[in-house]
Amino acid sequence: MTRYLAGRLLGLVAVLFVTSVVVFGALHLAPGDPVTFLLHGRPATPEAVAALRTQHHLDDPLAVQYAKWLGGVLRGDFGSSAQFHQDVAGLIASRLPGTALLVAYAALLVALIGVGSGILAALRPGPVDRTVLIGTGVATATPSFVTAIALVSLFSVQLGWFPGPGGTPAGLSQQLYHLTLPAFALALTFAGLLARVTRSAMLDELGREHVEVARARGVAERTVVRRHVLRNALGPVVTVGGTMLAGLLISTSIVETAFDVPGLGSLLVASVTAQDFAVVQAITLLSVAAFVLVNLAVDLLAPLIDPRLSLHGEGSS
Amino acid sequence: MTTTTSPAPYRRPGLRRLRVLGQGPMFTVSVAVLVALVLVALLAPVLAPYDPEALDLASSLVGTGADHLLGTDQSGRDVLSRLLHGARTGLLGPLLVVTVSTLLGTLIGVVAAWRGGWADTVLSRSMDMVFAIPGLLLAILLVTVVGSGMTAPVIAMAVAYTPYVGRLVRGIARQEKARPYIEAYRVQGWSGWTVSVRHLLPNIAPTVLAQSAMNFGYALMDLAALSYLGFGVQPPTADWGAMINEGQSAVQQGAMLPALAPSACIVLAVVAFGIVGEGLADRIAKRER
Repeated sequence: MTRYLAGRLLGLVAVLFVTSVVVFGALHLAPGDPVTFLLHGRPATPEAVAALRTQHHLDDPLAVQYAKWLGGVLRGDFGSSAQFHQDVAGLIASRLPGTALLVAYAALLVALIGVGSGILAALRPGPVDRTVLIGTGVATATPSFVTAIALVSLFSVQLGWFPGPGGTPAGLSQQLYHLTLPAFALALTFAGLLARVTRSAMLDELGREHVEVARARGVAERTVVRRHVLRNALGPVVTVGGTMLAGLLISTSIVETAFDVPGLGSLLVASVTAQDFAVVQAITLLSVAAFVLVNLAVDLLAPLIDPRLSLHGEGSS
Repeated sequence: MTTTTSPAPYRRPGLRRLRVLGQGPMFTVSVAVLVALVLVALLAPVLAPYDPEALDLASSLVGTGADHLLGTDQSGRDVLSRLLHGARTGLLGPLLVVTVSTLLGTLIGVVAAWRGGWADTVLSRSMDMVFAIPGLLLAILLVTVVGSGMTAPVIAMAVAYTPYVGRLVRGIARQEKARPYIEAYRVQGWSGWTVSVRHLLPNIAPTVLAQSAMNFGYALMDLAALSYLGFGVQPPTADWGAMINEGQSAVQQGAMLPALAPSACIVLAVVAFGIVGEGLADRIAKRER
């Protein structure tokens, strides 16, 4: 267990190290002088050039530049945004709540719709099952920006139930109301996948002997499903659900852009367009860190929910 | 008979449900859809009734009719013509991604399996690293430095997809290598390279092909997302992802087709590639059983 954990942590540090090298090195991939790239058409006053050279330590050798940059990052100093003339860390902190709320909302929808329709499909073979299968098939082949367009045209333009893209809602309830369509657009693909995983995990359990025995003992069907099927099926559902959380995080850039939600994802996209490199570096690095951390957390937590997934099995592959 | 089963192609979990549709008539229909798509891409200049980039601001957002079967977009361009031409960029990008990642992944996988030892460790660990970095982020980073266009997204996605192929090929190649026929060739004094190219590759090719078909759909979806964000093919070139981006504001004015038509094309293509890939994988699995 300790050895497994140490190995995983080592792998995590290795991934973060490589990512940091890539994110740092990207600046030097840019054609021409890094300063010209960082200025991105802004007036090249001697002061601006000098400030950029200092900020990115461009007068030092490459290894020293990297070490100084990484030192700053580890202290939470990501430099300053060329676009907003603001501290990158502060900028990210101000955009984080919007994204966190959207991801939380979408995660809730994924869990409810995904697990719900998965259970339904497993318990009702025939037309219901087939409908869920086809529905989830289409849902998972539909990119989130396509879902976004479809939702806006139906629920915002045609029916007028929900607001379209844009707008600055005040208060949590208004905010949630505005985030409903974006959350659905973000959630649909992942919900389709989770429904499939839930369905097959449930079907696996339904065919087991202990379920037959429980039924034969005269245990009520509701209790059988809840205590004997659902509980055992939860393991794979949680594992897949957890990894999807990381996927949701990455997909926010698309959905936030489609709905004009002021969050980290739309900040990332705007910063790419404006070639605001410090912001892109920071968000890329933080996203990869969140991605690998969530995946590690899921792998460590899964055995707690389902003890059969004990860690000892992991070393064999 | 050997009872070893080859490692199945990696399926992005999302598309696994298409598997039930992979056998039977849906497979045939999907192949037909893909053939039609390729024909449309090749013949777009002949088929398109209008120049896809010809602006006609006087007839902006005209609805469906005899003149424009699918109406026009905000700038008065014929949606059908843009859709047909969009199939070209829509298929060319994924084709490049899949070709590069399949060649590179096969090379890495075969070398890792054949050499074993430290070469295997280094190559496998490197593939794990690339796996941990989401392709979309890699593309965004590259676009920031190199600029928008087809180049950066295609390079980033080719890199991101290589480990999918590499891991698969390494797995099958290791199993193949353990089989007696390979040993027999080696005893006859054939070089490792000759045995790999002449005998190993033909045996693993079908599985790799199935994986590539699935990757094609995923790459199409990823590249469309990038061009939707404005990082891919630049206007005024017709491209499905970019068309959805441009059509967004029209949707709020009640004109759905300029955005919904390319959306439908993307979903259709992704579903078709998924079903064909799954169908091929299932056929291979059945044959081996």
